[in-house]
Amino acid sequence: MKTLKRILILSLLTGSFIACDNDDDTPVIINEEEVITTMTVTLTPSAGGSAIILKTQDLDGDGPNAPVVTVSGNLAASTVYNGVIELLDELDPNDVEDITEEVKEEDDEHQFFFSATNAIATFDYNDEDDDGNPIGLSFTLTTGASGTGTITVTLVHEPLKNASGVSEGNIENAGGEEDIVATFPVTVQ
Amino acid sequence: MKYYLLIVVLCFTNIMHTQNCTYTLFGEVKDFHDGTPMSGATIYVETLDKYLAADINGKFSIKNLCNGNLILVVSHVGCDTKRLEVNIEGDTYKEINMEHHVEELNEVKISGNAGVRLTKTGQESALKTSDIERFSALNLGDALKQVAGVSSINTGNSIVKPVINGLHSSRISVVTNGVLLQDQEWGIEHAPNIDLNSAGTINVIKGANALAYSGDAIGGVIVMSPSKISRKDSVYGKTIISGQTNGRGYNVTSALTKTWQKGWYISGQASAKRFGDFKAANYNLTNTGVDTKGFNLNTGFKTFEKGFNINYSHLKTEIGILRSAHIGSINDLVDAINNGEPIVIEDFSYDINSPKQEITHQILKAEFYKRFKKFGKLQLQYDFQNNQRFEFDIRRGDDNKPAIDLNLKTHYIKADLKLDAKTETTYNFGIHARYQNNFANPDTGVRRLIPDYDRYDVGAYAISNFILSDNTVLDVGLRYDFNRINAKKWFLESRWEERNYDEDFSDIIIQTDGGQLLVNPEYTFHNVSVSAGIFHKINQLQSVVLNYGLSRRSPNPAELFSDGLHHSAARIELGDLRIEQEKSNRFGATYQFKSSNLSLNVEGFVNYIEDFIQIVPFGTEQTIRGAFPVWNYSQINALLYGVDVTANYKLKQWNINNKTSFIKGRDTNAKIALIDMPAFRTVNAVGYTNKKWLDFNANLESEWVFEQNDYPNFNFETLNPTTQQMVLVDISTPPPAYHLINFRSDITLALSEKTKLNLGFTVFNLFNTSYREYLNRLRYFADDLGRNFMLQIKLNY
Repeated sequence: MKTLKRILILSLLTGSFIACDNDDDTPVIINEEEVITTMTVTLTPSAGGSAIILKTQDLDGDGPNAPVVTVSGNLAASTVYNGVIELLDELDPNDVEDITEEVKEEDDEHQFFFSATNAIATFDYNDEDDDGNPIGLSFTLTTGASGTGTITVTLVHEPLKNASGVSEGNIENAGGEEDIVATFPVTVQ
Repeated sequence: MKYYLLIVVLCFTNIMHTQNCTYTLFGEVKDFHDGTPMSGATIYVETLDKYLAADINGKFSIKNLCNGNLILVVSHVGCDTKRLEVNIEGDTYKEINMEHHVEELNEVKISGNAGVRLTKTGQESALKTSDIERFSALNLGDALKQVAGVSSINTGNSIVKPVINGLHSSRISVVTNGVLLQDQEWGIEHAPNIDLNSAGTINVIKGANALAYSGDAIGGVIVMSPSKISRKDSVYGKTIISGQTNGRGYNVTSALTKTWQKGWYISGQASAKRFGDFKAANYNLTNTGVDTKGFNLNTGFKTFEKGFNINYSHLKTEIGILRSAHIGSINDLVDAINNGEPIVIEDFSYDINSPKQEITHQILKAEFYKRFKKFGKLQLQYDFQNNQRFEFDIRRGDDNKPAIDLNLKTHYIKADLKLDAKTETTYNFGIHARYQNNFANPDTGVRRLIPDYDRYDVGAYAISNFILSDNTVLDVGLRYDFNRINAKKWFLESRWEERNYDEDFSDIIIQTDGGQLLVNPEYTFHNVSVSAGIFHKINQLQSVVLNYGLSRRSPNPAELFSDGLHHSAARIELGDLRIEQEKSNRFGATYQFKSSNLSLNVEGFVNYIEDFIQIVPFGTEQTIRGAFPVWNYSQINALLYGVDVTANYKLKQWNINNKTSFIKGRDTNAKIALIDMPAFRTVNAVGYTNKKWLDFNANLESEWVFEQNDYPNFNFETLNPTTQQMVLVDISTPPPAYHLINFRSDITLALSEKTKLNLGFTVFNLFNTSYREYLNRLRYFADDLGRNFMLQIKLNY
């Protein structure tokens, strides 16, 4: 029974081997990097006049809140607009980052795609990367006849820019990953 | 005169000698365990070259001995032969304790580790060394599919997680060389971090009936044991080299062991595996390369009565994940599903780019045991594991910056006591404690998928084994586990409110910063597990096993805390702070038939799991990238049942083998099927063996996996923003049935008395069938592997 006693003591020693909580290391907050919260599409009539702004803003990133989509006004029929896109990361309101610059730096890995329903508008690229492929940060939008419909702007990361139709703005063969997909309800009058 | 003198001197010397050699050695041979005398033991007196036998009471005596050392070699049927030195000083008494539990000595010869059962009343299968070596270039999950009822859940072909009777991840415990693996096993894309080549045998115990290993392994336990060490002066080694066409890569593993008769041993083992892009039947699987390097050092001392073992293993794995599986939005997923082919198909390359995983796992173990006469065996163990996991995504910024950087450190200490003095009734007690710390590095710039946490586990178990009669064995086990989790997690305020945590958990908030909340969830769980089993031998040919297991499993960190977008699945995965333990009641019944040429093993089971934790789609959420399906951890009651059949028929040099598994899983609340249940699978093989042709073996195997018709339909529709049309997102429909033919063949050449060369040739998927597997998470994106020729050279020396 001496053996048993020895074992019991050993067992108790083992059982008491419980470390204590250490509460002093608080994890550092992470503000998600590389998030795009806001896309602002500014459409300025080429003939002059006040700009129309299409904006989508999702301040909690991948969180549960849906993006807020706003359209500042109606577009005029049969008009050419110069489009410029600005991307922001506003997750941390005290440290707003301009993502447009990042996209410009990696312009061969990014491309915007535009589409409209009910033939309310057509689109043409106005910029190109070093390989001569379109990017879409700058573009022209030409409205058709009056009507209502939607305009969808998609940003694809690492698209296959040389795939068939992609440089003409056809998203079908683009592959890659969609970083932004925003649909704006638009009235042309 | 001279001669006379010489004769006198000689006589005198002789007389002197005889005068001193009148002593007697009285010996008694006893069983080490219970002290019973061992009649019929043979005693060879090496110094006198003389044989004698112990009487019915285990006693013997050797007369006319001189003072000094006497070397005895004692042997007994079923015992390990013992060589000992006895110091004779006058009439001497010596008690010799013999060990008749030879199987527990594990001193089986290296060449043929037959696979010893670890439980008597469990549903258990063992893979022997040669079964493991064939899979040297593959993964644990692949090798285990040789067991009926074991399938795998994959992310591509290199991340393979074993599934036992439909259950996987945290519901399975993997034990390697006595260490319970702690390697972030909660994730489906986290394969067990072990080198298959370090195992000599693998045992699979279905259900939570192996309480000595873990209490929460509702699915089962996988026990990998190193090759046995024999106690003799010897040096031996093994090298396996294999090359294969698919992936255009190689696998090398080599082991060298030195043993001493006194009981010391040292061994080293190292493996390296390198593959480039694998190939499906019709296209390259771009970015699926693998680079693995590992080594294992083992040393110690081992005798029957005491011993120790120190083991260190290091494994570094880099696995590329199919490039086309990285997607940004639900539209990308719809495109992938509808395309039928991956979007990115490039030329073959050995490069491993993002997305990829890089995991390093280290294990340090120290173990000590001592046997006490007429009592049992005490074993003490400490182990430390360090798991470092990096996952790299395709990022707009720096691809070389990991998106996931988790470090999991685990300390474990255990004491185990086995009372086996009586053969008919043995008891096994154990207590253990574990401390675990998870650290999620904030430098990733990506919000943590799993938060920082400390986890404390303390537990105790008692298992007893009763031999009721010659034909009946009863096992009963009881285990208690205490778990405590102390986590610190940042939540998005919007998520906190969406989950209604603000109502239930407002008291755990410790800090608020820029739209995020730092909370300190703490959990305490008490788990009681019970196991009982009975084995009965009906006659020489037939036997039955019945067993029952009750076990509880505490939720893992993923189930509690998951919070974020999963790029490879285009889904938002959410844990739930309210998740509680799940409770499993499992009944198993086995029928075994074994004659000289036919063996049959039928295992049935029913597993009812209360509060079964599962992740299923539950709605969609809008982000700037469009809609994402939200997958939510939730609890339901689940019923799983199935039958696994293994049959083998031998006829002269031929043998026919069948392995079939059938399983159903139901959600009894919603009355629908459970997600991710393996489909009906049957594997039939014909083998031919001829010893005369250089030990020739050939085996033709047909693997037929049916379509899973019983699946929950979580398909939904989403708006295609370009066309403004609703499209179906078919994430549920399982792929069609598939049938693969595999062939393997090998010969063995004896290069010298001690050196054997085995040459093996294997073809997987002989007809280059293109197929997809329901339990492969990349089935939306690409086909499974196409044909693969493999050549393996195995050298034992």
